[in-house]
Formats: sequence, C-alpha cells, structure tokens
Amino acid sequence: MTAGRTARPGGPSLQAAERLLAELPVSPAVWCSELRKRYGRQTAVDGVSLTVGRGEVVGLLGPNGAGKTSVIKMLLGLVRPDAGDVLLLGRPAGDPQARARVGYLPELFRYQPWLTAAEVLALHVRLAGVAVPAEERRERLASVGLADRAGDRVGGFSKGMQQRLGLAVALVARPDLVVLDEPTSALDPIGRADVRDLLLSLRARGVAVLLNSHLIGEVERVCDRVVILDRGRVAASGTLAELLGRRELRLRLDRVGAEAEARLAAAGQLTREGKVFTVALPTEQDATTVPDLVADLVGLGVRVHAVEPARISLEERLLDILRAGAGGDRR
Amino acid sequence: MTARTVLTVAALTLQEAARRRVLRALAAMTAVLLALSAWGFSRLAATEFEGSALTSGEARLTASIVLNLVMFGLSLIGALGTAFLAGPTLAGEVESGIALAVLARPVRRSAVLVGKWLGLVAFGSGFVAVAGLAQFLIVQATVGYWPPQPATGLALLAAQTTVLLTLGLLLSTVISPMASGIVAVGLFGSTWIAGVVGGVGDAVGNEGVARVGTVSRMLLPTDGLWRGAMHAFQDPIALAQFGGPALEGGFPFLSSATLTPTYLAWTGLWVALVLGLAGLAFQRRDL
Repeated sequence: MTAGRTARPGGPSLQAAERLLAELPVSPAVWCSELRKRYGRQTAVDGVSLTVGRGEVVGLLGPNGAGKTSVIKMLLGLVRPDAGDVLLLGRPAGDPQARARVGYLPELFRYQPWLTAAEVLALHVRLAGVAVPAEERRERLASVGLADRAGDRVGGFSKGMQQRLGLAVALVARPDLVVLDEPTSALDPIGRADVRDLLLSLRARGVAVLLNSHLIGEVERVCDRVVILDRGRVAASGTLAELLGRRELRLRLDRVGAEAEARLAAAGQLTREGKVFTVALPTEQDATTVPDLVADLVGLGVRVHAVEPARISLEERLLDILRAGAGGDRR
Repeated sequence: MTARTVLTVAALTLQEAARRRVLRALAAMTAVLLALSAWGFSRLAATEFEGSALTSGEARLTASIVLNLVMFGLSLIGALGTAFLAGPTLAGEVESGIALAVLARPVRRSAVLVGKWLGLVAFGSGFVAVAGLAQFLIVQATVGYWPPQPATGLALLAAQTTVLLTLGLLLSTVISPMASGIVAVGLFGSTWIAGVVGGVGDAVGNEGVARVGTVSRMLLPTDGLWRGAMHAFQDPIALAQFGGPALEGGFPFLSSATLTPTYLAWTGLWVALVLGLAGLAFQRRDL
C-alpha cells in the first residue's frame, strides 16, 4: 500500500509538492524511480526506474525471476518497496486514490468463486468508486467473450474463462492505465488474438498499458516501448526502433566476384551462406543505400535473384541483451 | 470513500457466508441441536423423579441448567462457524490471489479488513440471535420457561462470537487459513476449561486455582462473556432457592454473577486492540 518515501505522511511542503505534481498537465501514467526489494537475502528488484507515458503501451520483458511481477506489485502498492518512489497517474502510490483509474490483471488471477461474473464486475466498479451502468458492464463482459456467462458463478469457470473475466475486471472501471501481468498465460490462440485486438483498441483509445508477457511476438506487435529486466535491473529499454535499430538485408546472388564481395562488405557486416549474402546495415541509413548497392552489384556483373529486408526479431535482441548481461556464464 | 469500501466488503462477506457450504453445515448442526433439545425438554416436563413430578422450582432450575447447556452448544457452533469463516476469508484470499485484484483498487487495506470484520460480526450475531431465539421458543413451548434477560444474554453471546472471530482474523494474517481456525477454536476451548478449573478453585477455596480462570478470562474474554450470558438465561429465584453449592462456582453450566461494566469495557478494548493488530499485520504484508 505504500511506496517508500512517498508513503510517509509528509508535512505541508510535501503535500504542496504533491499537489503541484498532480496539477502538472502531463504526468506520466507510471513513473517509478530506483525501486528496490529484497526477500530475505535474495534481491528481487535492484534499482528499477521506468516510465509509461499517457496512452503509451510498454512491454516488460525478461526471464523468469527477473523481478517483473515484483515491480508491477510495487507499482500497485501490493508489495512494499524497500526503497524507491512510485507515481501513478501523477499521484504518489501511497495514496489509494492513485489507483482510482488503474485496472490490473494479476498473474495469479482468481475471483470470488461464489459470485457470478456480472457480480464480480459490479463489485470492482463499487470498489473503484465509479458509476458504470449495467449496460456498459455487460458490454465489457461481451468484449472478452463472456456475454452468455454473465449470470454463472465464477467457481465453475475454466482457467481461460477466469483470465478473460480478469481482463474485463481490469477494464471495467474506465481506466487510464491498465497493468496486465501475463494476460494470455491461460488463453488459447484465439484468446491471444482477442487480447492483441483488445490491446490495440486500448492504444487507440489512449489508455496507457504496462504489459508483462513472455510472448515476445505479442509484445513486438502491440508495444510502443519495451523495458527489459534481468536479475532485478533494467537491462535495456527503448522504443522497438531503438532496440531493433540494426536492420539486415538478405540477397540471393550469382556470379559474385571478389570486387562485388568487397562492395557488399563495404555496405555493412557481411555473412555468407552459399548464394545467400546477409548484410547488417548501419542504424543510420539513408534511402539510397539499398538501391545504390543493388545498382553497383549489377554493374559488377552480379546476377541478382532476390533482395529482402530482414529485421532482427525482438526475441533475438532480447537473447543478445540477456546473454551479454550474463557475461556468457549463462545458458 | 473508506466507509463505502467498508460497507461494500461487509456486504460481500455476508454474501460469501450465505453462499458457502459453511452456512449449510451451520444450519444443519443447529437444526440437529434444536431438535434434540426440543425432544429433551419435552421429556424433562414429563419425567417423574422418585414417584413424583418435579416441583415448579425444580423444573425451573433444571430448565435453566439444560438451557445453558444447549446455549453452550449453540455458542460452540457459532464459534466454530465464524472462526472457520474468518480464517479463509482473509488468509485464503491472499493465498489464492483473490485479494490481489481487490487490493489493487483504490481502497485502504484497513478498510477492507474492517469490512470483513463487520460482515463476520453481522453474520455471527445474526446466527446467535436466530438460533438462540428459536431455542427460547422451544423451551417456552415445552416447559414454559422464559429466560429473565434474553436480549442481554444473546448480546453477550454475540459479543463472544465477535471476540473469537476477531482473534481468528488476527491469526489469519500470520498463519494459514485452516490453522487460524483451529488455533482460535482451541484457544476458545482452553479458556472455557480454564474457566471451569477456576470455578472449581472458587468452590474449594483455592485462590491459586481460582486465579487460572480469572487470568484466562482476561486474556481471551470468551469465557467471561459466556458466564455473563448464562447468568442472563438462568432463573434467579430458583437458583437462589435450590442452587446452593452451584452458586459457589463449581458447576460449569450455572453462573453466579452478572458481568461488570469494567469487564465489558475491557472486552471492547480487547477487540479493538486485536483488530488493530490484525490491521497492522495486514498492512505490512507483501501480497
């Protein structure tokens, strides 16, 4: 419920500062600084700072035990940080009202088994202190595919259905920020596609999302920015373009002479597998790099069968970063 | 804001109690106890001792004792029921993850805890009131006895249930749900036995033994409240005429004295302290 220094009841100056912060026009959806948490002798989170802008979709990636869920729980006041500050939508996390417009789907999703799905939504709307008409709550259930199960007790739901219900709970109180911890862990491929559509529609509506997912493809498709955690620290963060900035060009060529090979190597780091040449292009490239290269190759008598741009996948990049961070002593 | 959270959670807890199997078990046990007591009381009115029926005074004394005995059974059912509700409702929700989604809402943990407590108190008191009243009506119908202070007695029984479930809540913030129920009921039972031991000490004039009851009644006020409730159920005139040695405190199902306001105040303070401790423990807990 509390978050380090911000949690302590402050004097008038702190209150004034908080008010000032709250009145700032663009406070990020999530701002946290130097979060730390130890469980016994195990350091779970070691100085994590991150920001999620309003309307931004940020992916949280990292191996098991990297501290992703701990960070999320500290943001939401479910775990007390040993140190660090958290602001949610401009309010210090020590104030429960900071969570008034926050929706959360926990990794461990369970809802009162003795309530019906509709009653669970009604409960969360009451706890959030917003007035959401029954019609809108029904639509919310329908949007996660539970329209015809609204009157059924949650106790009889499958895992996947409970996770769908959890998504509806996270979204029902008209949040400005949604925190989803492994939202597709219990879902089938169709459910995953539904979640992806849901995330895209949230982004379109300007709702900020912090998404923790193992499914890198999902993160790559919907996230504006990615934060990679490893052993409790931020190993890398940035927009996808920044993280995946390195682009590759794959060419299938015939009759490549020494001169042509030198020309290819001049364009970027070159690797060759039979007739397939892969050139890693520099991050800063202008629009003429590829056409010029192709024209030069043709001029040198090379037969060009195919030229395809290839992007390094987020997965490869993630593995690179994690392996580099481990100094080669892992895996 | 906080008041709304408290009331919402209290209503949710009542709904939980009403929909869980524990309520059906409680209702079944109560029905069995009431039916047995109805049969017993009807036999009591018809039984002849040494060739003659009981005098009205004897009948009232016997009815008092048996009523207290049955009410003890009811209070035991109430105690078991609420203690086994109080544990799972908090610790179980933390363990299962239900608490995560709830506590991520703009609510104070203390408000959630007080809401749970309030819901459980309402449930326990409701049970005591309904089952107790049914028992009084049975006794009235079978032997024509009506306790002198039924409302006070039931209120004290409700307070006893409250004390026990508050303890259950505190325990459930530190130990597992089932264990908290078992420990709470165990403590309830040992306090009752300590009370009986203390009563024996009183009867034989052994101060050291008598102090056992007094101390245990201070540590966990369930037994003290139970004695107050018994006093409200039993017939004072019959007791004064025939009670004799029972009034010395040696008999566990008769009580000689009403509760002092000081003891009631201590009980109130005890509940507030234990609930406050539970709040602190819950507040500091990582979920």
